[in-house]
Amino acid sequence: MGMEKYRIDPSKGLEFGIYTLGDHLANPYTGKRISPQQRLQEIIEIAKLAEQAGVDFISVGESHQEYFTTQAHSVVLAAIAQATEKIKIGSSSTIISTSDPVRVYEDFATIDLISNGRAEIIAGRASRVGLFELLGYDLRDYEELFEEKFELLLEINENEVVNWNGQFRAPLKNAKVLPRPKEGSMPIWRAVGGTPASAIKAGYQGVPMALAMLGGPASYFKQSIDAYRDALTRRGLDPTDFPVATTGFFYTAETTQQALSEYYPHINEGMKRTNGRGFAKQLFAQGADQRSIMNVGSPQQVIEKILYQHEQFGHQRYMAQMDFGGVPFDRIKRNIDIIGTEILPAIKKYTAIVEGGKE
Amino acid sequence: MKVVGLSGSKVGSKTRTAMDATLKELKENYPETEVTLIDLAEYDVQFSDGRNYWEYEGDTKYVTETIMDAEAIIIGTPIFQASIPATLKNIFDLLPERAFEGKIVSIIVTAGTSKHYLIAEQQLKPILSYMKAQIVQSYVFIEEKDFYRKEIINDDVIFRIQRLVEDTVVLTETFAKIREVKEAEYGF
Repeated sequence: MGMEKYRIDPSKGLEFGIYTLGDHLANPYTGKRISPQQRLQEIIEIAKLAEQAGVDFISVGESHQEYFTTQAHSVVLAAIAQATEKIKIGSSSTIISTSDPVRVYEDFATIDLISNGRAEIIAGRASRVGLFELLGYDLRDYEELFEEKFELLLEINENEVVNWNGQFRAPLKNAKVLPRPKEGSMPIWRAVGGTPASAIKAGYQGVPMALAMLGGPASYFKQSIDAYRDALTRRGLDPTDFPVATTGFFYTAETTQQALSEYYPHINEGMKRTNGRGFAKQLFAQGADQRSIMNVGSPQQVIEKILYQHEQFGHQRYMAQMDFGGVPFDRIKRNIDIIGTEILPAIKKYTAIVEGGKE
Repeated sequence: MKVVGLSGSKVGSKTRTAMDATLKELKENYPETEVTLIDLAEYDVQFSDGRNYWEYEGDTKYVTETIMDAEAIIIGTPIFQASIPATLKNIFDLLPERAFEGKIVSIIVTAGTSKHYLIAEQQLKPILSYMKAQIVQSYVFIEEKDFYRKEIINDDVIFRIQRLVEDTVVLTETFAKIREVKEAEYGF
């Protein structure tokens, strides 16, 4: 079967994506925050630049609280769909727990048609829970809301006519959810927070997994990926049919020291606002080490790290977060330039399978 | 230096009395420290429901944010049913896993009987260690008989409190220096 269903061709090598949470934070160097309008326009601009640089995938997430600006992430993705031609477009992630899966599917199927078959959904359960209160859900249903609605989303994707009964939504009787995506269905991934316990659920469900990796050694996250593939196997599925994506902080500059020094205040101050406390300097400094999953460093260092991770994980897509904490646009642009000219060619060269040749 | 004194119970007066005596020592001997007392008897803190601590409102938000903002925390606790009170455990449950990373935490225990002496060692310290606190290893254990009408009448207890305060301040300053030197090495 392979991974065609998820529009992934492993022979072309590791896919490189860029993702944003749509955070709206002050630049710690100036203390100034751009307007929400400018931030949204810059996100669309990032997608265009990423496409020009040859980046495979761009995605936008939703967080419904202060210091974020892409609450209506599917609207932003529709604008990106219109502004680009070939880059794949997704969410990172769509909080399915507090949304109606029917409406989510309608939105993303529409984006898929506008973009000529480039849309994907990465569905998650929210790491910031402000939206439960805002949208009128009980945090006590956190788990069940996600599981039930995610299953419904998958069902809509697999079947044009849906009959469904559940706890958190009116039943569907011979319901047609329209429009359909270009190819009839689209890739739907399960967002996983990092622990093996959470990864196993994606495996038992038989869906592709997008794994969030904030910090720590690659070996830790390898356990989650192994557990995911084990769970797929136990369910009687073939792990080679299911792609794995990883996500994490990314920043590159001329030297590793410069990259660490430029990016640290953004991460530290940004985390204080969105996660309640800063990012330990020691942990960040360790991010330069090859074993750390944070891809911060000189272009060469980042290439080596991504290739090391690929060797460990055998994943199909890496998604880089480089705009967190008010990074100014010219620096984001410089990062995308370096990705296009130095990092992508090296990664593709070492991970693509050459016909008739060796890997 | 920001120090929070956390009086961990809604019941009785011994722990609050001990905390008042401790913070008085702290203010007198280290006037440059910024001292805040949180007596859980005076706040209406809700039970942890899994939210991030800054997403609560009112007293719960105030209490957790004040603790997270401190460099050192002096915890005062009575012993209930051979353990720490639920009010205090709830504070730990409200905070993130590594909440005390880089923070100094010291302990004052009040109890009705000397048989409770090891409760802090066996039940409170493991929680603090799990949450990555730098613990002041010697704690002050005060018994019922050391109090009379909301005063500490055993001078030996005051002597031990003075030492606890000194240890807390010295350790906090030392760790701040270690961190400073270490972070300067990273060069960013």
